[in-house]
Amino acid sequence: MLLNVKVLANYYRIFSSRSLALAGIIGCLLLFACERGGSVGADSIPDQISYNLHIRPILSDNCFACHGPDANKREAGLRLDIEKEAFKTLKDNPKAHTLVPGNSNQSEVYRRLVSTDLNEKMPPPESNLALTSHQIKLIEKWIKQGAVYEPHWAFIPPKSPELPAVKLTTWPNNGIDYFILQEQEKRRLLPNAEADKETLLRRLCLDLTGLPPTLDQMERFMLDTSEDAYESMVDELLASSAYGEKMAVHWMDVARYADSHGYQDDNFRSQWPWRDWVIYAFNKNLPYDAFITWQLAGDLLPNPTKEQILATGFNRNHKITEEGGVIDEEYRVEYVVDRTNTFGKAIIGITMECAQCHDHKYDPISQKDYFQLYAFFNNIREVGHESNIGGPNTYAKHPKIEITEEDLNGILSFVNKKDTLGLIVSVMGDLDSIRPTHILERGVYDAPGEPVRPDLPESILSFSDDLPKNRLGLAKWLFDPKNPLTSRVFVNRMWKEIFGRGLVETVGDFGMQGDLPTHPELLDWLSVDFKENGWDIKRLMKQLVTSATYKQSAAIPADFAPLDPDNAYYTRAPRARIKAEFVKDLVMASSGLLVPEVGGPSVKPYQPPGLWEAAASTGAKFGLLGTYIQDTGDALYRRGLYTFIKRTLPPPSMIIFDASNRDTCEPDRTTTNTPLQALLMMNDPMVLEASRVLAARLLEEGESDEHKLKKAFKLIVNRTPLSSEIEILMMHYADQLQLYKNDPAEAEKALKIGEYPQVEQLDVAEQAALMQVVSLMYNLEETLMKS
Amino acid sequence: MENKLIEHGLNTNRRHFLSKLSLGLGSAALGSLLIPDLFSGSSGEAYGDAVAGVPHFAPKAKRVIYLFQNGAPSQLESFDYKPKLREMWGEELPDSIRQGQRLTGMTSSQSSFPMVGSIYDFQQYGQARAWVSELFPHTAKIVDDICIIKSMHTEAINHDPALTFFQTGAQQGNRPSMGAWLSYGLGSENSNLPAFTVLLSKGKGNGQGVYSKLWSNGFLESVHQGVQFSSGDDPVLYLSNQEGMSRQQRRKMLDRLAELNHLSFQKLGDPEIHAKVAQYEMAYRMQTAVPEATDLSTEPDMIFDLYGEESRKPGTFAANCLLARKLSENGVRFVQLYHQGWDQHGNLPNEMRDQAKDVDQASAALITDLKQRGLLDETLVIWGGEFGRTNYSQGKLTKENYGRDHHPRCFSIWMAGGGVKPGFVYGETDEFGYNIAKDPVHVHDFQATVLHQLGLDHERLIYKHLGRRFRLTDVSGHVVKDLLV
Repeated sequence: MLLNVKVLANYYRIFSSRSLALAGIIGCLLLFACERGGSVGADSIPDQISYNLHIRPILSDNCFACHGPDANKREAGLRLDIEKEAFKTLKDNPKAHTLVPGNSNQSEVYRRLVSTDLNEKMPPPESNLALTSHQIKLIEKWIKQGAVYEPHWAFIPPKSPELPAVKLTTWPNNGIDYFILQEQEKRRLLPNAEADKETLLRRLCLDLTGLPPTLDQMERFMLDTSEDAYESMVDELLASSAYGEKMAVHWMDVARYADSHGYQDDNFRSQWPWRDWVIYAFNKNLPYDAFITWQLAGDLLPNPTKEQILATGFNRNHKITEEGGVIDEEYRVEYVVDRTNTFGKAIIGITMECAQCHDHKYDPISQKDYFQLYAFFNNIREVGHESNIGGPNTYAKHPKIEITEEDLNGILSFVNKKDTLGLIVSVMGDLDSIRPTHILERGVYDAPGEPVRPDLPESILSFSDDLPKNRLGLAKWLFDPKNPLTSRVFVNRMWKEIFGRGLVETVGDFGMQGDLPTHPELLDWLSVDFKENGWDIKRLMKQLVTSATYKQSAAIPADFAPLDPDNAYYTRAPRARIKAEFVKDLVMASSGLLVPEVGGPSVKPYQPPGLWEAAASTGAKFGLLGTYIQDTGDALYRRGLYTFIKRTLPPPSMIIFDASNRDTCEPDRTTTNTPLQALLMMNDPMVLEASRVLAARLLEEGESDEHKLKKAFKLIVNRTPLSSEIEILMMHYADQLQLYKNDPAEAEKALKIGEYPQVEQLDVAEQAALMQVVSLMYNLEETLMKS
Repeated sequence: MENKLIEHGLNTNRRHFLSKLSLGLGSAALGSLLIPDLFSGSSGEAYGDAVAGVPHFAPKAKRVIYLFQNGAPSQLESFDYKPKLREMWGEELPDSIRQGQRLTGMTSSQSSFPMVGSIYDFQQYGQARAWVSELFPHTAKIVDDICIIKSMHTEAINHDPALTFFQTGAQQGNRPSMGAWLSYGLGSENSNLPAFTVLLSKGKGNGQGVYSKLWSNGFLESVHQGVQFSSGDDPVLYLSNQEGMSRQQRRKMLDRLAELNHLSFQKLGDPEIHAKVAQYEMAYRMQTAVPEATDLSTEPDMIFDLYGEESRKPGTFAANCLLARKLSENGVRFVQLYHQGWDQHGNLPNEMRDQAKDVDQASAALITDLKQRGLLDETLVIWGGEFGRTNYSQGKLTKENYGRDHHPRCFSIWMAGGGVKPGFVYGETDEFGYNIAKDPVHVHDFQATVLHQLGLDHERLIYKHLGRRFRLTDVSGHVVKDLLV
């Protein structure tokens, strides 16, 4: 805090009154006005222009679509994304050169950018693209400096850099902090002070378990003044089963996990044992290389165990049609495409989709490359349409496994199954013969072109002849130490989970159109470190949360924000709304309602009536999901990740808080702030019932009013309330109590919410009043924020 | 220092920034305050140069009401009159007409494809002498207000991908739907109501489901997501306070909440805290604005008479049409209705009569009602399904009964108001009603045209996601100028 003040003092001299105003809305609009006019004034041109940092983003965004990797759409035979092509003479004017190193005026590229002749100007007006004058200046200078190309940063294998030297040597806790601090110091920024213990504990619990700390944890942590108090809490949390549940939520988005088949009739599927495996795998800390290899190719491992085969359910989580009358091959191709795209986004951070129909416009991935990757996933013993909506046999599709009693007592003991009904899960399994793969012209299933074989883009890493040409070979390629992407992509995603933004912001796109890393060296250091330490996920998580960067306070010191407005340099801890699933977890855990059972079939908690029914097809009556049959008892109080996901109508309580509908792989959720969220928190029976139950518990304990409110606050916000806060809450309680005492019938009505048993002997007015105060606490901004 | 600020400004996408602001403020108002100085004219924006609340050019329509006939009503029993099919009743569909085009798995294995004409009679109506079948007597009376397109065609042959294609511009995937794009492009006219609302109803015929991805925001911010409304007690999910909690209590609670949140702000300094408070205030306003906007009880009897008796029954298509008018009148940018039950693979003569009865009067009433309020000019109304139906019978053909399979190669829809030519019939199919003979309109053309009427250029309404610029019309589509006034 003190440090920040010093920094501020340094900057204060150049802080004119105008720039202070810039922090406001009007200021921002002025900035946009500058942008629009194309003169960015103070935005300087760096001394040394870098192709990767400055030029490629411009060329990729504005030029590659017509002068890039897509051979069929290449205008004038000109290609700018490859060095050896870019220095050629022009096809239709052999005297002119595209790029002349050192001479911008003789370089056709530059000439066309600044041309005022609309027939010549690039990009052409009809493209709706235009470069700013700043961008044109960058290109001019780059050409003058020799127009030096560099390979795309993400396709060069990471090398571990030395830890940088920093001035504030007392600050770093681990390697991460050196890189963060170096960038801060470069900009004369300083880290924020460390957060207080209560805040840290809440942050840590939410990040590692998705649950708020318990009163016991709070008490122990506050009393533990030992040196390693923090670290032992980290270890405790990493060892709890809630850790696997927390980690699974993100992976379920990536793996587009759902409890229904999707499409038309959208009937039930029994894929949840795969989800139980994910939780189990994270909890037993299966290394990332095995975690991925099993999911991609568990069935192809030598003598695979049933656990390894269950893991391959990953690639069968996609939607499967049960619509009568579809063309089988159209859908089978759709499934293979889904797997190919998921592989791209989820594991190597490359958006493959574009190359299904044509050569990629931005990345060096041709349509042929696409179908060579597709070929790995094209050999499954599956059909496009196996069965119409129906009974238990349709809950998984071939290839599938049955989970037997023996499995449950043995290798699959983590599958939480209590009934004796049959249980089937869709998994991967290859044909005995090879199904030929062709490039599909325009990506269409019935337009096969040139035949192709499984192979991988050389631009990333060539596929060694020694590797088997199947999914197992694909997994080996991923974990080849020379693979430039696998480790970076995962490390970056975990970084985003913890720090709220990726080191590469576009977590699903490390290609040309993706963002550049804000801290490239840190990303590489972490990636190599992860790789060299056995792809140990818990170790990685621990590294992140024990950094000094992580432990900073999230408070934005007054007038400090403009120095690092987006927190791009991590000068404070981020504040972020917790995910939809954890909203429910927080309410359940703090009210004491949570049933902490791990795994099992997904549950159907309270949901506004009529939603499924209004949307269901006539055919849905032949399945399980035409009508929403709400669960009762314990099933109402499970963690959010167990809420049943029907793809065509996912639970509103999840969707309103930005959860994925699980249609396709979603490596990144957006976070929004809407009035529907406010309505949900105010009126969802889930929250109101929890408020009632917690109120009853507090009343039963018989402590003073102030004590009750403090305790509720500690349970929900996980810190000791300020006296000013307690004052407001006490006032609210008094008002509500007065109201309900005057009108006990209203109190009775308010308490009639939820199925959890009522406590009859309590005073209804007191209970209803306290319930309203607890409900208010659930609506506090801080409650749903990790800060 | 200044560099840093400017850099920050540049890093913030302008639209993103404004749409963030508009969450609480009502972007139309904000937009119009700001545009004259900063955003008028068009110059070198890199992409997506529309700002929330700011169209690309002068719009003809301000709002859309889309009466989606889910399941695909037969064009051959509604607007595309084919006497030839009656003449050739039971004869085999000539190969020269079918041209080996793909069929669905439901009829591809049929040994014969007997052609079948409409069992219902047609007559010509209005100045345009438009053919309308006897199933749609009310629509027949308003043909001079509507524009019938008989030459629609699509790419998908099954319901899910075809619906998804119509609503999001792509058959697969999770893209924003048309309403979400409009919300993104134009913002909301009413700061107390969502810009994009959805109303569902079911007919008596064979029904295909609807899916929330049809009104999804896709990769756009979730503020652009369609909000499902119903005509029941809770018109918007979680809108009503619980029993035993009065509006005064809610007000008090929100005041205390704001006080406490302000204490957090003093400690943390995060402006998002204020944004949160603003959202709670909007929620509070919605609690009165939505029931007001959806309250049909104040409508006079003559209005219910106009829409038909069913309009008194919440949840029916007729009630939803009336509700749509109210929402639209209150500034909801895009009101999307879905009416299920149009999938007549068999038993068409019986099922379709009921289906048409469910929708005919109310659809026509909506046009009449908007017109008498002077709102039709600025409201674009669309009526139609996701594809057409085959000219041959699916299953056994008898004198009284037949069915029709999916047919993406031609079908009919109509539009009205919003600068679309009234009393106009566009496009023709061949005499077999199998292929388009003149003026084809692809789904992307239709989408481009709708956006155009709202003042948006479909090639410039763009959102960059995962490195690619996405459009509602994907990579194709032309505005069908012939349809426009």
